[in-house]
Amino acid sequence: MSRRPHASGYFRIGYAQDLALLQSRTERGALAALLAVLALFPFLASAFLLDLANQVLLASIGALALMLLTGYAGQVSLGHAGLMAAGAFTVGILFKELQTPFWLTLPAAALVGALLGVIFGLPSLRLRGLYLAVSTLALHFLVVYLGGEYETKRGFSTGIVIDPPTIGSFAMTSGRTWYFVLGGAAAATLLLCLNLLRAGTGRAWAAIRANETVAEALGIGVAAHKLLAFVISSALAALAGALFAYYRGFVSVEAFSLFLSIQYVAMIIIGGMGSLLGAILGATFVTLFPYGIEAALRALPGAQRYAGALFAVNYAAFGAVMILFLVLEPLGLVGIWRRVQTYFLMWPFKHRPMAGRSR
Amino acid sequence: MQLAVNIVVLAAIYALIACGYVLVYRVSRVLNLAHGELMMLGAYLLVMTAASFSSHWLIAIAAAVGLSLLVGVLVYLFLMRKMTGEMVLAAVLTTVALGILLRGLMVLIWSAQQQYPAQRLEITNFAIALPGGARISLCAAMLVAATALVYGALFAFLRFGRWGLRMRAAGQSPLLAAQRGINLHAVYALAWGLSTLTGALAGILIALDSGLDQTMAIIGLKAFPAALVGGLDSLVGALAGSLIVATAEVLLIHYVDPLLSEVVPFLVLIAMLVVRPWGLFGTREELDRV
Repeated sequence: MSRRPHASGYFRIGYAQDLALLQSRTERGALAALLAVLALFPFLASAFLLDLANQVLLASIGALALMLLTGYAGQVSLGHAGLMAAGAFTVGILFKELQTPFWLTLPAAALVGALLGVIFGLPSLRLRGLYLAVSTLALHFLVVYLGGEYETKRGFSTGIVIDPPTIGSFAMTSGRTWYFVLGGAAAATLLLCLNLLRAGTGRAWAAIRANETVAEALGIGVAAHKLLAFVISSALAALAGALFAYYRGFVSVEAFSLFLSIQYVAMIIIGGMGSLLGAILGATFVTLFPYGIEAALRALPGAQRYAGALFAVNYAAFGAVMILFLVLEPLGLVGIWRRVQTYFLMWPFKHRPMAGRSR
Repeated sequence: MQLAVNIVVLAAIYALIACGYVLVYRVSRVLNLAHGELMMLGAYLLVMTAASFSSHWLIAIAAAVGLSLLVGVLVYLFLMRKMTGEMVLAAVLTTVALGILLRGLMVLIWSAQQQYPAQRLEITNFAIALPGGARISLCAAMLVAATALVYGALFAFLRFGRWGLRMRAAGQSPLLAAQRGINLHAVYALAWGLSTLTGALAGILIALDSGLDQTMAIIGLKAFPAALVGGLDSLVGALAGSLIVATAEVLLIHYVDPLLSEVVPFLVLIAMLVVRPWGLFGTREELDRV
């Protein structure tokens, strides 16, 4: 992932600098400020806002995982919710059947996710584009069916209740604790993605996305790297699902409908394909969107009348926003952000000079 | 015997829905994942026409089917036309988004409660006894007849009709077709209109038979494997695929587990994708194009 120099006065003079995640003092300062704000947030925010933040963090992990697969390796998946369901159900089943503690269930969930990743990924060796999307869609239904089957056969038809994870005698129940746990998990995921992408793996994925035949001619193991992308993405998604199960304290197949898969695809489209920042922006947007709609409806006169229709309004508005992004802004929020950035960088000029153009 | 009747009825349902997928895909190479919702919209349009201006069932159904043809054309003109020439996947995701939008709007307009248009149109849905002790409801029999009729008409139209010829040409090679003076946008719009029309017909007949609520879109999605198993660009394939999927579904539900109903079509789909991704009667080349 080559990055352009931000301002006009900064140029790299070595490969180490080119690879460094933080390139200037300003960036380091900005990151420190961001971390400080994020660390202070749970002490200032209300319980509701904290829950929203936690949801955003959970969604970010899932969206980052999908972005690796779709945005970077170019493999389409409509079965993301199925993988999250697999993670959540691994936790639920292990907890119900064996009372396994969380430090065993989480790795188990990641392992199940990785195995499923191989299964989800195998069709990608033969199928491309549309047909691959369809095969992941079919696998999604299969996984969710198995989860539902477990629920009914064992008599948990309304869902499985899970106790909060405990370390010694300390139970993770408060939103604030969860905020730091999920924040740590999201940050770790982001770092993992960044590192994968600036290493050979990321470059191999980019080559496969650009042109499979050429990638193969360059000596890249196309099949292995495709499977690797599926395995990593699926393991992360299953982990996100497992964390979701612990956070909610409840597992049920209803939470992992096809709509969730579509929401994750929407996150990476609305955020902007091929950008980790986009995954996080998209996750934030899609997670907060229904609450925004609810607030907007409540502000309208005669709010009571709309209360029953809230779900439908949400649905319709979500579809409309997705269409608008697909038709009008295929680059997503990141595209808008880059345009704004370029505007200020170039000011008072309007365009980048031809020679310095990197995109 | 009853099992055989069930299989035929389910296959007819799937086939009638699947031909909508096939029409759009064959002509414009777009997979329309909003087909289930468009089909549901057709059924709700019947509720509307029945309530607003006609209580005679034939007029109401004809009006609803006509309106859904218009809806299909409008969907192409105002939405999908913008996506021609984009990545195939962007177009597919647009149809997914359209489906979500439509579903929300339909709940807003007609509420999520189950409706029975058959009662409003005063159609009594009695059971007909068939030789062999099997029974079939009137609407299901109508559905089988409608499927046969629609497929016959589509075959004739694509084989002999002037516009059918144009549709086949556009599907084979849009570039050459356009150079021979075929109006691609008109052809695509026609394909969307016809696809929505057949889907709406299926939706209306299912709604008359067993009521109408939000789950109908799932039936639409379950018919998609039927289209793919037969080959996404082949009408004969859609018929064969529907028969295969319906047989597998009815038999597995009857002998193994009723909960399987939701997944059987997708199991068949996975099996097909492993063995012959392009389907029984589909053309192969498009999968391996670099």
